[in-house]
Amino acid sequence: MNATVCPLDEADIKIICALQRDLPLVSAPYKQMAEDIGITEDEFLRRMQRLLDKGIIRKMGAVLRHREVGYVANVLCVWEVAEEKLAKIARRMSRHPAVSHCYDRYTAPGWPYNLYTMIHAKSRNECEKIAAELERECGVTNRVMLYTRKEWKKTSMKYFCED
Amino acid sequence: MLQESLPVCPRPFAFLADKLNTDEETVLNRLRYLKEVGYLRRIGTFFDSNKLGYVGTLIALRVNDEYLSAVAQAVNHYPGVTHNYEREGEYNLWFTLMSPNEETERNILSEIASLPGVEAQLNLKAKKKYKINVQFALK
Repeated sequence: MNATVCPLDEADIKIICALQRDLPLVSAPYKQMAEDIGITEDEFLRRMQRLLDKGIIRKMGAVLRHREVGYVANVLCVWEVAEEKLAKIARRMSRHPAVSHCYDRYTAPGWPYNLYTMIHAKSRNECEKIAAELERECGVTNRVMLYTRKEWKKTSMKYFCED
Repeated sequence: MLQESLPVCPRPFAFLADKLNTDEETVLNRLRYLKEVGYLRRIGTFFDSNKLGYVGTLIALRVNDEYLSAVAQAVNHYPGVTHNYEREGEYNLWFTLMSPNEETERNILSEIASLPGVEAQLNLKAKKKYKINVQFALK
């Protein structure tokens, strides 16, 4: 995928590094982050807003621990969808509330699946029901359910800075 | 609410409190509690990796069962690997990889392909992302 890479200066990189840590749960979190890297809160916020306007920052938000809020089963369900129907079906699957991610990916020899959906539910049985529902609604019959056996790693990306 | 977006302003939690008809201290205490008990993994920034110049991909490996644990640990060792899952099916190890450029990605993938026990590797780059937000209805 092509995306315009925006030029970033040293202060931007420092801000990006700071923002990769959790937001401190205090009244003025950005003031604290700004002080940590030796700039004013104003400048921190101004630069942050610019990164947001350019789309480098997508949003400020929370990540839930799914297993602990009742979504104990998750499955990567991959589908083989005809190219001409792909956009329509992908949008339709995206609308399903149990689908958290929906990507169109390149195929590989012996691997014809091009649409990837991450389905979250409260049980394996419920995952199967949701997939069957999507299958019926979208008329896609060739799918594989890639259930998780073990989570080996799940972390956030650290850009530019290793700490 | 926080799964949407917190505003970029000096007092983001006060803004949130206002929306929820409560006060800043209540919001902060509640969030501290949710984090402490583990419901919230993190509150922070979501970046667009492509706009930062990074390239990402999803890799599927077919690994001989005897070697699976060793390969999974070797894969974990790369900082650009953010998610690594053992899954059911012919391809039993799936991971996401982010690299600062294509060359680094190629090098990492050839190192991984040559690990003992790795029988096949699929590089499944995204063409288009239709949904990337994790937003669940909590009841």
